[in-house]
Amino acid sequence: MNNQSHQSYWRKNLRYLTILLSIWFLVSYVFGIMLVDQLNNIRIGGFKMGFWFAQQGAIYVFVILIFVYVRWMNKLDREYDVDER
Amino acid sequence: MDVQTWTYLIVGLTFSVYIGIAIWSRAGSTSEFYVAGGHVSPLANGMATAADWMSAASFISMAGLISFMGYDGAVYLLGWTGGYVLLALLLAPYLRKFGKFTVPDFVGDRYYSNAARTVAVFCAIFVSFTYVSGQMRGVGVVFSRFLEVNVNTGIIIGMVIVFFYAVLGGMKGITYTQVAQYCILIFAYLVPAIFISILMTGNPIPQLGFGGTVADGTYLLDKLDGLQQELGFAAYTVAKKSMTDVFFITAALMVGTAGLPHVIVRFFTVPRVRDARISAGYALVFIAILYTTAPAVAAFARTNLINTVSNQSYVNLPEWFSKWEETGLISFSDKNGDGKVQYLADAEKNELTIDRDIMVLANPEIAQLPNWVIALVAAGGLAAALSTAAGLLIVISTSIAHDLIKKQINPKISEKGELVAARISAGVAVVIAGIFGIYPPGFVAQVVAFAFGLAASSFFPIIIMGIFSKRINKEGAIAGMLVGLLFTSFYIIYFKFLFPEQNVAANWWFGISPEGIGTLGMILNFLVSSVVSHITPEPPQEVQDMVESIRYPR
Repeated sequence: MNNQSHQSYWRKNLRYLTILLSIWFLVSYVFGIMLVDQLNNIRIGGFKMGFWFAQQGAIYVFVILIFVYVRWMNKLDREYDVDER
Repeated sequence: MDVQTWTYLIVGLTFSVYIGIAIWSRAGSTSEFYVAGGHVSPLANGMATAADWMSAASFISMAGLISFMGYDGAVYLLGWTGGYVLLALLLAPYLRKFGKFTVPDFVGDRYYSNAARTVAVFCAIFVSFTYVSGQMRGVGVVFSRFLEVNVNTGIIIGMVIVFFYAVLGGMKGITYTQVAQYCILIFAYLVPAIFISILMTGNPIPQLGFGGTVADGTYLLDKLDGLQQELGFAAYTVAKKSMTDVFFITAALMVGTAGLPHVIVRFFTVPRVRDARISAGYALVFIAILYTTAPAVAAFARTNLINTVSNQSYVNLPEWFSKWEETGLISFSDKNGDGKVQYLADAEKNELTIDRDIMVLANPEIAQLPNWVIALVAAGGLAAALSTAAGLLIVISTSIAHDLIKKQINPKISEKGELVAARISAGVAVVIAGIFGIYPPGFVAQVVAFAFGLAASSFFPIIIMGIFSKRINKEGAIAGMLVGLLFTSFYIIYFKFLFPEQNVAANWWFGISPEGIGTLGMILNFLVSSVVSHITPEPPQEVQDMVESIRYPR
């Protein structure tokens, strides 16, 4: 495979990482820590949302992020013909 | 049957399973000993990683810790799960493609330097020993509380079991034992959690019961906030630590998790890059099951405890209270002589001291669950402690046999000789870990912050930069690692060992506690490595080619 296509594969990988890690940062550090007091004014059932993100919600989002990453990367590998056989 | 008989039965049964697996999966080569031959399926690796990761502390202490910390417990919940996102996205696939045996292997090859390799070996061994001594202690504690044997006898029984399957089976043996241990520990954690959730909120799913209502119709968390404030404690759902400190501790635990050698090495055991990615996903699912249950258990147990003991007369307390009083985990002194238990935030008037471990260990009894559930909790605690201990012992033995002996001292050593060396070092490591467990150095609790701080400030940045930058060279990496390590160590040693009396927020730099300082160490490491690398020659072409090649799965 040529160099140019390698570089384009790597750039796409980096873009995926930026998107996923921004969400990672948002749900844990922003929702669970920095904006916790503001979000605690919103309630769903017995949960204040800031508290819920810090002790529950962020963890669920983490799991989803990894599975989305796996899906995107497997597709990207095939597209650029760098997948393992 | 009584609790004792049930415990002997269930613990005995689980131990024979571990030994059976060890005999079935003996390691025949160094590759099998170090990385299970690289043939582990992603699902099995996910379970093994979860068991490897969740230690005696996660199983026994975490829920109790959270129940005393309230919202602040989020540092552990976020820190010890969020690290897996970093691991899955930034480390695991690339290190799998690199395809050697250890983290020091990567550091040594990527930075073409035995000095860098040696610093990495030192960190790996230090971090692993710190951790493993806590596990052996955990084994002893579970034995002594449930089987009424002496703590030291418990530790020796644990050593024999670990010795057997780690020395015999190496990574191959511990992988399949860890799969079994995960199943046992998660079952043992969920059964009492489900029972107590039904008991408190009528909802069988703890994660939902957590947000549900208690018998009088108020929401559990509101009820708990109210109870806490009545007794003079801060409300459960609000922060007690400063926001900066919560932020930095969470970050240090996250990057520390992603930098721990016994976790990273698990991703060398799967056949392909795509398996490494998905298996990090499975691992986090298996971990999240426990980590989302723990905060619910924490809130249930805290509410239940306050309801059961606060302002009740001592003679009418349930049977478990006196039983756990004997172990010293809970104690009552009637200061005002009214015969009732006053549990208050005010230390002058408070009459009850509670060890955090009791929240998980005594939970089944507090919730009046059947005897077999209590026995199950004992087996679960042992599974959590043994699986983590075994994973760490393999890291120690691999570091010595492979990174030190094979790569530096005697490169001509035969395959067979290396395998013998690996087994001997695993054996010696078990014995040292056991001795640490029997004579725990007074500083075990403090060194945990150390282990994460070191992993965060040394391994994580140089591995990340080694993958994502071709420009980072030997000089940069070594300078960065040293600055990160020294800075973090001095800060922790200053506040935790030399001047513990000064360890208060007013004296901390930028309000960051020693637990969170690894984050700053990591940032320094990133800065120093980049600057030094840019003023020194770039890495040789073959190293740049190697970096290029690990970025593509094929």
